[in-house]
Amino acid sequence: MRQITLERKVHMAKTVKIYSTPTCPWCIRAKQFLKENNVVFQDVDVSSDKQAADEMMQKTGQMGVPVIDIEGQIIVGFDKEKIKQALGI
Amino acid sequence: MPIYDLIIIGAGPAGITAGVYAARKKLNFLVITMDIGGQAAWSGDIENYTGYQFITGPELASKFEEHMRKYGIALKENEAAIVLEKSGEVISVKTDKGEYQARSVIIASGKKSRELGVPGEKEFKNRGLTYCATCDGPLFAGKEVSVIGGGNSALDAALQLIKIAKHVYIINNTGQLTGDEIMRQKVEAAGNATVLNNSQVTAVTGDKFVSAVKIKDNSGEKELAVQGVFVEIGLIPNVAFAGKVERNERGEIKIDSANQTNIPGVFAAGDVTDVQEKQIIIAAGEGSKAALSAFRYLARKKF
Repeated sequence: MRQITLERKVHMAKTVKIYSTPTCPWCIRAKQFLKENNVVFQDVDVSSDKQAADEMMQKTGQMGVPVIDIEGQIIVGFDKEKIKQALGI
Repeated sequence: MPIYDLIIIGAGPAGITAGVYAARKKLNFLVITMDIGGQAAWSGDIENYTGYQFITGPELASKFEEHMRKYGIALKENEAAIVLEKSGEVISVKTDKGEYQARSVIIASGKKSRELGVPGEKEFKNRGLTYCATCDGPLFAGKEVSVIGGGNSALDAALQLIKIAKHVYIINNTGQLTGDEIMRQKVEAAGNATVLNNSQVTAVTGDKFVSAVKIKDNSGEKELAVQGVFVEIGLIPNVAFAGKVERNERGEIKIDSANQTNIPGVFAAGDVTDVQEKQIIIAAGEGSKAALSAFRYLARKKF
């Protein structure tokens, strides 16, 4: 039992950052998905945060949102399977 | 393999409404879709959906979704239909992830953006070139951008961008804008928009990201420095999978007044069809009609 709890904690501890805009439907869905799976994440609004927008463009070489950064693994778009894999869920 | 009463392809206003009606008729059915909300989810401000004097596209789409999910509908998301075939009384739908069978099908797969077909379009997609102002517009704050097109969707995009970008060039290949007068007036009243009529985009250029578009007009070819290109030149129906389902010259699925296609048991609804006028409220109404027609068909066939 104890081990299971421990593993879950490790999974929760993964640093997840999502670059999004308030109006993009896929961003809304991606955030919903993360919440449903109890994933703690940092939400960065690239429409109001110019520096974060530049950071996202640099990391990905593109401007489409959402971009999800899971422990340095970059996923462009709401790709449920890739997100699941990266999170190990 | 289970045989469903009904498979609905698509979950825009038409597909979702069909789903709500099918659920209330207690049909055993499945919804297969790439996304939820369809084009409605990409729309800016909606002021003509009865009951909402003002609502944004994403908000209306999430209300649709909430309504559909209330019924616990079986949903395959992020899945594309590849082939639709009827053999005997069974219709099979092959997707990029599996195969399903049903006694009836409603095609509500909607439309997608028409591409420009010019050099640079593919390379710069998501690198400054986009087909969705609602989604990507906010990233162009303070930048010079162009909207390609002159109809309602182009003007909708332009009106969203006017609030965000430094300057908006509307590049229109006809003599004047064809969108609604009320939108044209709003665009003309904005201080930071320029309409370029009789202008054809011939290429999109840049290095890592878009830096210009090449335009041909009556005076020859010129380059316009922009960091954003929003392509809004109309839509084409998502029908690649539709096999023997009959279509019109625009590629839209032909339906009768009961949403029946040329193949018995295959119905269609919304923007993918030849229905007069493409509107969210019409698509939703057509979805309900198609579901009721499918229900009647199943009852008549005593499946």
